[in-house]
Amino acid sequence: MDHDELQRIASVERAAAKPVEIRCCTSSGCRASGSAEVLKQLRSAVQAKGLSDRVTAVGVGCPGLCSAGPVVSTHPDGAIFGKVTADHAEGIVSTLSGESTNAVRIDPNQPFFAKQFRIVRATAGQIDPERIESYIAADGYAGLYQALQQRPDEIVADVTASGLRGRGGAGYPTGLKWATVAKMPPGQKYVICNGDEGDPGAFMDRSVMEDAPHQVLEGMAIAAYAVGANQGYVYVRAEYPLAIERLQAAIHQATKAGLLGGNIFQTPFEFKVEIRIGAGAFVCGEETALIASVQGLRGTPRPRPPYPAESGLWDRPTLINNVETFATIPAILRNGSDWFAGIGTGTSKGTKIFSLTGKVKNAGLVEVPMGTTLREVVEQLGGGTADGRAVKAVQTGGPSGGCIPADLLDTPIDYESLGKIGSIMGSGGMIVMDDTDRMPEVARFFMEFCADESCGKCVPCRVGTVQLHGLLTKLVEKRATRHDLDLLIELCHLVKDTSLCGLGQSAPNPVMSTLRYFAGEYEALLQPEEFARPPRRSTIPLTVV
Amino acid sequence: MAVVTLTIDDKPVSARAGESVLAAAREAGIRIPTLCHLDGVSEAAACRLCLVQVEGRGRLQAACVTETAEGMIVRTQTDTLREYRRMILELLFTEGNHVCAVCVANGNCELQSLAAEQGMDHVRYPYLNPARTVDVSHKQYAIDHNRCILCTRCVRTCDEIEGAHTWDVAGRGTLSHIVADMGQPWGDSVTCTSCGKCVQACPTGALFRQGSTVAEMTRDREKLADLVTARRDKKWTV
Ligand SMILES: Cc1cc2nc3c(=O)[nH]c(=O)nc-3n(C[C@H](O)[C@H](O)[C@H](O)COP(=O)(O)O)c2cc1C
Ligand code: SF4
Ligand code: SF4
Ligand code: SF4
Ligand code: FES
Ligand code: FES
Repeated sequence: MDHDELQRIASVERAAAKPVEIRCCTSSGCRASGSAEVLKQLRSAVQAKGLSDRVTAVGVGCPGLCSAGPVVSTHPDGAIFGKVTADHAEGIVSTLSGESTNAVRIDPNQPFFAKQFRIVRATAGQIDPERIESYIAADGYAGLYQALQQRPDEIVADVTASGLRGRGGAGYPTGLKWATVAKMPPGQKYVICNGDEGDPGAFMDRSVMEDAPHQVLEGMAIAAYAVGANQGYVYVRAEYPLAIERLQAAIHQATKAGLLGGNIFQTPFEFKVEIRIGAGAFVCGEETALIASVQGLRGTPRPRPPYPAESGLWDRPTLINNVETFATIPAILRNGSDWFAGIGTGTSKGTKIFSLTGKVKNAGLVEVPMGTTLREVVEQLGGGTADGRAVKAVQTGGPSGGCIPADLLDTPIDYESLGKIGSIMGSGGMIVMDDTDRMPEVARFFMEFCADESCGKCVPCRVGTVQLHGLLTKLVEKRATRHDLDLLIELCHLVKDTSLCGLGQSAPNPVMSTLRYFAGEYEALLQPEEFARPPRRSTIPLTVV
Repeated sequence: MAVVTLTIDDKPVSARAGESVLAAAREAGIRIPTLCHLDGVSEAAACRLCLVQVEGRGRLQAACVTETAEGMIVRTQTDTLREYRRMILELLFTEGNHVCAVCVANGNCELQSLAAEQGMDHVRYPYLNPARTVDVSHKQYAIDHNRCILCTRCVRTCDEIEGAHTWDVAGRGTLSHIVADMGQPWGDSVTCTSCGKCVQACPTGALFRQGSTVAEMTRDREKLADLVTARRDKKWTV
């Protein structure tokens, strides 16, 4: 593979494209509601109407509005149809010749689409994720080519200058992490893509792996070149069979095309990628647990330092980044770090994908520039609640995050602002709650999740989460007294301050943030003490702010 | 050999570079409570009893895995640390079925003596009363899971000192439990050499010699570390 060959593939692909394209989403959400059959019917309708010479029906990745799936769109006119069934296929093809259809039309200019800014999901819903030619025609692998024209340290400097921060939750500066791995003495190094995605309600990474598997691989290859690694692993949970299938196909195609393997773009750079399938434990998303799992060991975290950058997979320097982080890289290489740094806020650059779920009208995936307010996402893109009830709170960051009350919805989305109000950016889960949601119950739900998912290694998390869940149950069932509430808060501090890994350290967040903003709901559930107790004398604060 | 000096509880202490805060404190006669640490095997950093405050670091640090550094200022006995240690012990007592009065290790149990030492005189959380089993299939030894605190000292001892790797942890969260040979009765284990090292390593009454009755199970834990030192330094006489 060389640059001419890349351009040749792109131009052949573009030349072969028919003037009119009917795009049918074939990603997980729509596939579950029958899009494979819809695509089949669309294809036969095109043929039956004798339109094959200027119309094609193709399978594409997820355009984002999953709650309206299966989703079909026509191009170049840009019409979108939702809740499409196989029976609608013929009608949709007829619209190309101006006829009407009983398929549900979706307004392509509504804020849900118009207000998005897509970098990572730029090609999602546009190209066929199962064909490398389709990706190459959309400038795919041009970023890798450009990277290989530079020195590795120049790439690290570029990524640093872009201001990109890790999308896996903690927001660690990506360039700094790359620099650390790059500076380790030469020798065997690894690159790992973290596609574990265990937060309930989150499916951003699944969609990126399904819709743009080549973009993830390209990002990994650029990273490998920058840090001096020759072997990569993508860690995906077994619950994501389509992501695994598409990544596997993408690895196969890229290797065949000479974009992975040896001698990439006729340089000495070599890079191989393998998939490792996880059993779906939330804790295996934690980097040291993930590394243990890749090695075939029990997936439990270990104390850091040493950080994986220094000693990771098989004790070698290892770069581990999130799926979305890697998928952002090709665009930074193609468009330059200044371009990327110009998007977003002072400390949070670029865009972030959120999976918008809960009591929201337009549930699905949205990619917005950092600095967009929560209100814009929930009310404009999300269209408010489905039945017009008042939004009460927005939960970000899943079991590690917090609930943000409606009166703080004007907070801009960036790492620091969300942290300040007791939540986190997290990996991109965003759950909208209305006035029928009870906050102590929300807190109990997440605590149950953490107790189930605790790996059991350290005492505060293993037992503390179970006791916290018990106290929250007592509270929700109106059996708790003020004494129990004090115990609950004290225990939250313990689990947060003393647990070994991020799972335990952040498990109390949903309780603490709901206590901070909705204390009244907790108070209202308290029962009078059966007997007089002396007031608690604790050195641990009985407040949460 | 490079040496660093640090301050632990206002006392100037010197330590070999790379040595843990726990080791340095011990050499200086400062006691930091531990449960999952065992001399001679690797650290798990799992019990969190050895947490200390290190000036300039936001999070509490586990002394067993925190390297000493020049000028470090460590506190091991703040009010908060003492409270947290008591709470961790309380949690351990609620998790298993610890009935000291009928336990083989009564009077010779690290969990019990730590509770006394740390002033954990009552438990404020409900007991979980889990349904756990006892495995007496081994000819010489037995494991009573009701008393296991999942410190994994047995797992590391068997793997690292005996080299048999009979034990592992199975399950997740509070359902975690110790298994022999990936889930066989201990007596059926083909890897176990019946060396008894894990029994020596156990801090509670979970692992014991068959035939021991209440308060009879005593241990000689230093032997394990002595063995490791002897092998490393090739010195077999004391
Ligand atoms: C309990 C727990 C679960 C995590 N799950 C994920 C995950 O599913 N995906 C992910 O990318 N990072 C996850 N992380 C964060 C990773 O440990 C790590 O920080 C991240 O993969 C680094 O990539 P980034 O710098 O690109 O964000 C998790 C962390 C914890 C503590
Ligand atoms: S905090 Fe929880 S998940 Fe993390 S090591 Fe401890 S027990 Fe395991
Ligand atoms: S008796 Fe020895 S070999 Fe058997 S499990 Fe215990 S430490 Fe391992
Ligand atoms: S059996 Fe004993 S040594 Fe092994 S994990 Fe349980 S308490 Fe620790
Ligand atoms: S999966 Fe089809 S629109 Fe998201
Ligand atoms: S002795 Fe350090 S965590 Fe157990």
